[in-house]
Amino acid sequence: MLWDALSLQLGYNATLVAIGATLLGVSAGVTGTFLFLRKRALVSDAISHATLPGVCLAFMVLVAFGGDGRNLIGLLLGSAISAWVGLLCMNWLTRHTRLAEDAAIGAVLSVFFGFGIVLLTVIQTMGVGRQAGLEGFLLGSTAGMLWADALIIAVGGAATLGLVMIIRRPMMLVAFDPEYAAARGLPVHRIDLAMMGLVMAVTVVGLKIVGLILIVALLIIPPVTARFWTNRSDYVVVLSGLAGGLAGYLGAALSASAPNLPTGPIIVLVSFGFFVLSLLLAPTRGVLAAILRHVRFQRRVHIRQGLLALAQGQKIYEPLTIRLLRRAGVVRADGVATEAGKACAAKALRDEKRWEVVRADQAHEATAALYDGLRDIETVLTRDQIAEIDRRIGGPQGVAT
Amino acid sequence: MLELATVQGVSLEAQGVDDSPLAIRGLTVSYGQKPAVFSVDMTVQRGGMTAIIGPNGAGKSTLLKAALGIVSPLSGQVTVFGQPLEDQRARIAYVPQRASVDWDFPTRAIDVVLMGLSRQLGLLGRVRARHLDRAIECLNRVGMREFADRQIGQLSGGQQQRVFLARALAQDADLYLLDEPFAGVDAATEKAIIAVLKSLKEAGKTVVVVHHDLATVADYFDHVFLINTRKIAEGPVAEAFTADTLQSAYGGRLATAQIDQISRALG
Amino acid sequence: MSGEEFVPLSLTPLLIGTFAAIACALPGNFLLLRKQALIGDAISHVVLPGIVVAFLLTGAISTWPMMLGAAGAAIVAVVMIEAIRRLGQIEPGAAMGVVFTTMFAAGVLLLEQSDTSAVHLDVEHALYGNLESLIWLDATGWASLLDVQALTGLPPELPRIALTLIGVSLFIWLLWRPLKISTFDEGFARTIGIRTGALGMGLVIMAAIAAVAAFDAVGSIIVIAMFICPPAAARMMTNRLETQIAWSVLFAIVSAVSGYVLAGYGPLWIGGADAVSAAGMIATVSGVILAVAAAFGPCRTRAGTPGPA
Repeated sequence: MLWDALSLQLGYNATLVAIGATLLGVSAGVTGTFLFLRKRALVSDAISHATLPGVCLAFMVLVAFGGDGRNLIGLLLGSAISAWVGLLCMNWLTRHTRLAEDAAIGAVLSVFFGFGIVLLTVIQTMGVGRQAGLEGFLLGSTAGMLWADALIIAVGGAATLGLVMIIRRPMMLVAFDPEYAAARGLPVHRIDLAMMGLVMAVTVVGLKIVGLILIVALLIIPPVTARFWTNRSDYVVVLSGLAGGLAGYLGAALSASAPNLPTGPIIVLVSFGFFVLSLLLAPTRGVLAAILRHVRFQRRVHIRQGLLALAQGQKIYEPLTIRLLRRAGVVRADGVATEAGKACAAKALRDEKRWEVVRADQAHEATAALYDGLRDIETVLTRDQIAEIDRRIGGPQGVAT
Repeated sequence: MLELATVQGVSLEAQGVDDSPLAIRGLTVSYGQKPAVFSVDMTVQRGGMTAIIGPNGAGKSTLLKAALGIVSPLSGQVTVFGQPLEDQRARIAYVPQRASVDWDFPTRAIDVVLMGLSRQLGLLGRVRARHLDRAIECLNRVGMREFADRQIGQLSGGQQQRVFLARALAQDADLYLLDEPFAGVDAATEKAIIAVLKSLKEAGKTVVVVHHDLATVADYFDHVFLINTRKIAEGPVAEAFTADTLQSAYGGRLATAQIDQISRALG
Repeated sequence: MSGEEFVPLSLTPLLIGTFAAIACALPGNFLLLRKQALIGDAISHVVLPGIVVAFLLTGAISTWPMMLGAAGAAIVAVVMIEAIRRLGQIEPGAAMGVVFTTMFAAGVLLLEQSDTSAVHLDVEHALYGNLESLIWLDATGWASLLDVQALTGLPPELPRIALTLIGVSLFIWLLWRPLKISTFDEGFARTIGIRTGALGMGLVIMAAIAAVAAFDAVGSIIVIAMFICPPAAARMMTNRLETQIAWSVLFAIVSAVSGYVLAGYGPLWIGGADAVSAAGMIATVSGVILAVAAAFGPCRTRAGTPGPA
């Protein structure tokens, strides 16, 4: 059953939804990346919630003019207008008052959403019936998706993606360093608005499939996931698009394979699955890698400090240091240094003296910057250089390296 | 409980236990994979004014923050007046770098100084006339009395710095730790601050300052602590603040001409 | 309007709405100043999975397990946000976005999977509650307030939210100084021995409790609006924290009362026949108050960078 779904053999509607969800995932992942790198991920939350009053007003207008209240283009147009108004309110609040962006986001999202709910109850009392379709915009409803709906999503998603590709360079510049971008003469404020406009477009397009609450997930989770795997911004964009598209496709297929598996939530959960895997397993930014690194680092610090203390005949206070030294065979169980330990300690102290010379010498400035208390001096200086330093320090030369 | 800790501290001093105001042993702090401070020992002299000096990024502020338990070290121990830090908090006052504060916070200069009295006030104690008098007196000592009702973000950089010094004064501590108090302040503020610090010293308090201006070290301080990730030198200015130690701390970053100038100034 | 009509039909929803608004606005002041305003948003989204899980575990719609489930979910969410932020070095906004959308999606999925159609448990209810239905049928007029028999018929949401409000107020009153100091200057707070981590967590848990209790009565939309709008509007009225708290409480009360009245009677005034959502209207009114404060409030702009001495 799942295989049938994955190979798009579960019938017309399921195929439409799968294609639509994949396209939506890609364009949300790509667009969301810019928002994430600009550190404004939650702006999408305000934009998406601000669509609700527009959907309701559009419905009321359509009915008032005798049309079908559930005309998708009309509703999406309404949602776009009210999301844009919400965006402008948010921008105004952050630019002209002392409110921080998070407060402006929260204010816009709750007030617009609250007003949308007021309008929903008004529609309920209008007696036009069949307003249930509107509540589908909260959580998405793919059950009765039509060819025309799928077409709108496909065209909308593709158009958004195209626009992102066209203005990706200025958007990236603004995301990375807005002040530098402004100094270069870029209209930072307008580029920000364009970025938000694209997010709004994705939100509006995604309303039908995942609904206004969960579209936020598609805009945020794939970029965060992609960031774990690369430090290059253009790769983040591509990986995020891939992660989003894959989540959309797998999620739609999964939801078609069994009853009672709503498309929107499943897509979000698949996306979250990718995120958790990346958080744990990514090679350098992942948690496992970081834990291993930290433990190893802490051991190096303790051993080094212990060796220096031994060499100078100081008392070692930290139990961890003593344990590590004992395990390394540097000290015996009673805390007395072994022969090998004494040699190591002498070498550590000698290195420290050598570093002192290096760091006081202007000729070694570049090397001196590498000093971190742990680095073996042999890794940064040649044999001859070390010999020269030892000559300056004087004393015995016979420390084994 | 807090008072008990102080009483114990006094009795231990009376017994002549090692009671350096601030003693650090084997302290290593790292952000990520590069130690900012590596295996540093420090013993601050009682009743003196000590400058912590070193190039940018040498771990000066980190040393102070670790001493106060604001950042947690990878290894090392800190004692304050011969006892664990936690028992001695009431005897320490700290003036942070200006950048670390929320300047938009709804609070006035006088409220900030009152924060320094929070130990006396406890959780629910009301602010009484004597507390207000004390706060105003502290503002007065730094020349900020007429700005008591100003919102903190509406003050100039130097004025903000003085308000934070007033807060530290209100704490009536025995050990004062200041992080770059002279960075980016006007000449009048610098003068006012140094006058207050000298009066603290005369009253037998211990003052430790993270300092960046080599030219004023000899005028302001009697002890120095040179750091560049590791301790470079420690001691009275005349002994520890020399061309050699500066060369070790700053390496190529300090022009020879500058060092000559300073050593000439030191005589 | 006479007591016979007002007391049974409007008094309890008004009180519940007002108490809920204040209970959220109080911790909201600190969340706003700590740049954690959206914690309220995150919490109110994760309440849904919390109550669904509680329902699946107990198999019944009963209040206490559900409130516990919601509170548990809120704490899980806060811990997860913190963990993801630190472990993955991700900015707090994005970490929050990852967690609350995922948990909300899980809640919707669980709801669809379980057979809850027979009981009154749905997403719409979770979003905008049902303030209008919290009436006091046993009351016959003002005299009922002194009638023990009638008082036992009070909607249980009222004592619950009143208790929560008392708890929140006590928390803020007791920890006023540490909260204020650690919000203003965390480094200093630690040097005088305040446990800033525990205090911050305590504040968020208190906010979660307020959110869950308010949510139970009025739905999550009021919760988000009351966490943010009254404190944000209050911040533009004053430069003192004490005064800001007072303004925020006033704004919360005005929003709740006028929102409820407008929702119930507004449509009648303009010729409509039926009331509209009170929760939505309360949120809308709080937005209007914020807009007015943002346009005219005496302290609406930033202090700006300090000028020359």
